[in-house]
Amino acid sequence: MIESDAFVQALQDIGVDFFTGVPDSILGGIIAELMERRLYTPAVREDEAVAMAAGAYMAGKIPAVLMQNSGLGTSLNTLISLNYIYQQPCILIVSWRGQGGKDAPEHLVMGEVMEPFLDTMKIPHRTLTEKTAVEDLRWLAETFMKQRIPVALLITKGVVKGLHP
Amino acid sequence: MQSRAMAMAALMELLTDQPVIICNGFPSREAQKIADRPTHFYMIGSMGSAAAIGLGVALAKPKKQVIIFDGDGNVLMGMGTLATIGALKPKNFIHVVFDNEVYGTTGNQPTISNVVQLEKVAKAAGYVNVERVREREDLVYEFKDMLKKDGPSMLLVKVNEMVEDAGRVMLDPPDITKRFMNAIQ
Repeated sequence: MIESDAFVQALQDIGVDFFTGVPDSILGGIIAELMERRLYTPAVREDEAVAMAAGAYMAGKIPAVLMQNSGLGTSLNTLISLNYIYQQPCILIVSWRGQGGKDAPEHLVMGEVMEPFLDTMKIPHRTLTEKTAVEDLRWLAETFMKQRIPVALLITKGVVKGLHP
Repeated sequence: MQSRAMAMAALMELLTDQPVIICNGFPSREAQKIADRPTHFYMIGSMGSAAAIGLGVALAKPKKQVIIFDGDGNVLMGMGTLATIGALKPKNFIHVVFDNEVYGTTGNQPTISNVVQLEKVAKAAGYVNVERVREREDLVYEFKDMLKKDGPSMLLVKVNEMVEDAGRVMLDPPDITKRFMNAIQ
């Protein structure tokens, strides 16, 4: 399991210096660490977080938005009609609720369709694993710089240490 | 009551190099026609996001005063952002809302801002200064005052439904991004 502080440090090491989002239990440890480091600006909706990240990007920051995958639905229009068409990149740290059909009912549909959904939205994505973490982060930074669009890192349960181990 | 374009032109005369985020629809087209400045960020989609984009700029550039030109339909759509702004209290944030009580770009369907007073919502959410104005001289007086004060501030400007004959935003979206980024460095 990846420690939350190591994960946050790795994001900072690739240059991320603006963090916003809406919480999820899988991301609890990461958000606690970001708050500890006074790096986290909480948003009330994921589309708001995405738009804030776009503003921060244009003001010189490298932004990341944390969200549960349900938030991808909420922020779809902003991701496409702002970030994508204006070439305003951001890193999406998305928890994969409903993966493998094992979760509460409200997560099952998005859990199942998330990857094809991201493909349809033309958002490059990759799922973080402990083994490939260094490579995953490098891919994230490179895709961000090269494509200048939102890029998603998917976090499954138990890969990064949460609040309740 | 004045038109939005007249009110916007009066405010632009008081601005120099401040970043200005302008909401989608007619407001962006009119702003481009009145005075196209590299410090303008014209939204063409993502309705409801103007204040959130501006908040991102304001947090990242605390020494620059950030201006938002918003509309009543846009504010109603992203009303949660009033709470985020009220809680974070960025001092460098001036939110101008041109309130014509309609969705002008789609054919003047009514919004609900005739009964919901948006500057009162902003005040309840934690904005420091809020004003509602109708006449041009009040508009200029209050905006000058807000430029001198710590925010967040909201200036709600009642305007009529008249629309300036202005074409679509001319620049391609990626060029708007690049130009704006260079201008506010």
